[in-house]
Amino acid sequence: MNKLTRALLGATATCALAAAAHAETLTIATVNNGDMIRMQGLTEDFTASHPDIELEWVTLEENVLRQRVTTDIATKGGQYDVMTIGNYEVPIWAKQGWLVPLTDMGDDYDANDLLPAIAGGLSVDGTLYAAPFYGESAMVMYRKDLVEKAGVTISDASTWAEIKAAAEAMTDKDAGVYGICLRGKAGWGENMAFISAMANSYGARWFDMDWKPEFTGPEWTAALTDYLDLMTNYGPPGASSNGFNENLALFQQGKCGMWIDATVAASFVTDPKDSTVADSVGFAQFPAKDGMDNRGHWLWSWNLAVPAGTKNEEAAKAFVAWATSKHYTEIVAEEEGWRAAPPGTRTSLYENSDYQAAAPFAEMTLNSINAVDTSAPSVKEIPYTGAQFVSIPEFQGIGTAVGQQFSAALAGTVSGEQALQSAQALTEREMRKSGYIK
Amino acid sequence: MSRRSSTRRKALMTVLAWAVGLLLFFPILWTVLTSFKTEAVAIADPPVWFNFDWTLENYATVQERSNYGRHFWNSVVVSVGSTLLGVIIAVPAAWAMAFVPGKRTRDILMWMLSTKMLPPVGVLIPIYLIFRNLGLLDTRIGLVIVLMLINLPIIVWMLYTYFKEIPGEILEASRMDGAGLREEILYVLTPMAVPGIASTLLLNVILAWNEAFWTLNLTAAKAAPLTAFIASYSSPEGLFYAKLSAASTMAIAPIMILGWFSQKQLVRGLTFGAVK
Repeated sequence: MNKLTRALLGATATCALAAAAHAETLTIATVNNGDMIRMQGLTEDFTASHPDIELEWVTLEENVLRQRVTTDIATKGGQYDVMTIGNYEVPIWAKQGWLVPLTDMGDDYDANDLLPAIAGGLSVDGTLYAAPFYGESAMVMYRKDLVEKAGVTISDASTWAEIKAAAEAMTDKDAGVYGICLRGKAGWGENMAFISAMANSYGARWFDMDWKPEFTGPEWTAALTDYLDLMTNYGPPGASSNGFNENLALFQQGKCGMWIDATVAASFVTDPKDSTVADSVGFAQFPAKDGMDNRGHWLWSWNLAVPAGTKNEEAAKAFVAWATSKHYTEIVAEEEGWRAAPPGTRTSLYENSDYQAAAPFAEMTLNSINAVDTSAPSVKEIPYTGAQFVSIPEFQGIGTAVGQQFSAALAGTVSGEQALQSAQALTEREMRKSGYIK
Repeated sequence: MSRRSSTRRKALMTVLAWAVGLLLFFPILWTVLTSFKTEAVAIADPPVWFNFDWTLENYATVQERSNYGRHFWNSVVVSVGSTLLGVIIAVPAAWAMAFVPGKRTRDILMWMLSTKMLPPVGVLIPIYLIFRNLGLLDTRIGLVIVLMLINLPIIVWMLYTYFKEIPGEILEASRMDGAGLREEILYVLTPMAVPGIASTLLLNVILAWNEAFWTLNLTAAKAAPLTAFIASYSSPEGLFYAKLSAASTMAIAPIMILGWFSQKQLVRGLTFGAVK
C-alpha cells in the first residue's frame, strides 16, 4: 500500500512538473474594439496548433490601456507578454530599447506584404518593432442622397472648397440635419487628430526646424479659422464635446451630411444592423486645399508588440505572427465574412476580389493610407516624424493642452485667435522646459 | 392654520426628497434600461424609454466574453479584506486618540486625512516599483494592502468620531472592575460602538468595491476586480454602450443589493450621535 501511494504521488509530481515545464501562459494587453474582440473569439485556431501556450486577456479602454502598459514597460514591471500599442508609441519605445525586434516571424509571414506606409511607421532603421493588426487613415464619408438633393458634388479627390459648399447646401437645421460633423472633444487623439491633419493639408507644421511652434503663423490661422467657421455654421450643437463615438451616432442616425474621420468608421456606417443610412454612404479622400497636394497624412494603426524582457519571447512572437498573418484574415473571412477582415495592414487583402466586393470602402481606405508619408506630413520641412500627431514623448501632454484651447474656441469661450496664441505660448513653454528649444 | 402649513411643508419636503432621490438614481436606472436595448436603440435620438424590444443579448455577450465570476470574487476578497484589515488597525488607533488624546492628536488626525488630498497618480510610479520588487503586482494581497492604506484615514476618522460619543466613565468603570486594555476594547468599547463600526465597515466595503485607480493600475489578468471588468467594455472607437451598460449593471448589482439590505444599519451608523 505504501509503495503504491508513493508510486502514485511520484507519478502525480512528475506530471505536475512536466506540465509546469511545458505550459506557457501569455498575458496579452489589448484594446476594446470590434476587431480585437473578434480576435479573442478566434484564438482556438492558435491554441490548437500551439497546445503548450495558454492565453490570458487583459482588455481595457484605450486611454486606460495606454497608461497601464506605459507604466509597466517603463518600470519593467513584466506584467504582459504581448501589448497592443499605437503607431505613436512604437518608434518612441523602440528607440528606448523597450521592444523586441520582429525580424524572424516565420517563413509564411510575408512581411513584404505589409502596406509600406503602415510598416514604415512601425520601423526604426528598417527594423520592424510591432506587427500591425489593423490600420486606418481618414477620409470623407458623406450622404449620397443629401448631396444629390442639394445639387452639389464631392469629388473622390475632395477639396476644402467643395466641403464647405456641400456643408452649406446640405444643412437643414429645422430638419435636424447638419452639413458636417467633425471632432471637437479635447484630446491629442480626439480633436487634435483631426485638426492636426487639417492643418497639414493647409501646409502648416507643428514645429519649425528649431522646434519652435508655429500656431500664430498664417497656415494654422487659416486652418483653425475655417474649422471654426465650418462647425459654427454647419455643425451640430454642442460639437465641442463630440468625439468619434458621438459623431458616429449622429451620422448613423442621419443627422450629418458629411463626416470626416478615421477610415475604420466606414465599416460601422455601412452596417445596416446599426446604421439607418447604410445604403447611401459615399466616400472621398481627405480634403486638400486648393492648389496644395497634401491630404492631411492621418495614419493610425493598432499593433501587437513584444516587450523586451518578457520570459515568453518566442511564444509571444508566435502569437503576434499568427494574429497579424494572412492566415488569420482568412479565418475571419471564413467565420464572419470578408467585410469583417481587419483592414489597412496587408496589400494582399486589397488585391482580393472577394474583399473588394464585400467592402465598398476598400479602395478609398487603401488610397487614403497610401497617400500618407509619416516623414513628410507637412509641405514644409520638419524636424519630426508623425502624421496627425508628432512622434515625441511630450506630444500627449502638449497635444491635449492645445486641444483644450481649440475646443474652448469651438465652444465660444475664447476666440480662435486667443486659442492660437495660448497654444503657441504653452507649447513653446513645454518645448523649452523639455530642452528642445535652447 | 399652523397644522395646514405644517402638512403642506411636509408634503413639499416629501416631493423634494423624492425628486432628489430620483435625480440621484436616474443614471443607474438609465444604465439598467440601456443594458436591455440593442446598440442601435441605445443611441437612438430622441431616447427610447421603455417602449423597445427588451433583449438579454448584451448579458449573454458579456457572460461569453468575460470571466465575471473571477472578477466578482476578486472584488469580494479585495473589498472585504482591505476593510477588515483596516478596522483591525484603526480600532486601537481610534481608541488611543479618543480616550488618551495627546497634544498632537488633532494634528495627527489632520495629517492622516491630508494623505487623501494627494492625487493618486502622483505616487503611481513609486508604488508600482515597490509592488514590482515585492512581487505584489497583479495579486489580491497587494490590492488588499493598498486599498487598506488609502481607506485607513477614513476608517480612523469615522471610528474616532463614534468613540468620542461613548462616555469615558463607562470605560473607567470597566477598568475599576479589573478589565485590561484588551478586554476594555473588545468587550466594552466595541459592543457599544457596533452601529458605528458596522457603518464604517459597510462604507469602506463600498469605497473599496468602487475604487478604480489602483485596482486598474496594479492588476493584469489574475487579480483584476470588477472595475477592470467594466473598463474592458468601454471604447472611444465604437458604440458599445448597451454592452457597457450590461457589464456595469452586473458589476454594481452586488454592492447595491448589499447597500439596500443594510441601509438601516448604514443610516443609523452615519447619524450615530448626531442629535446629541
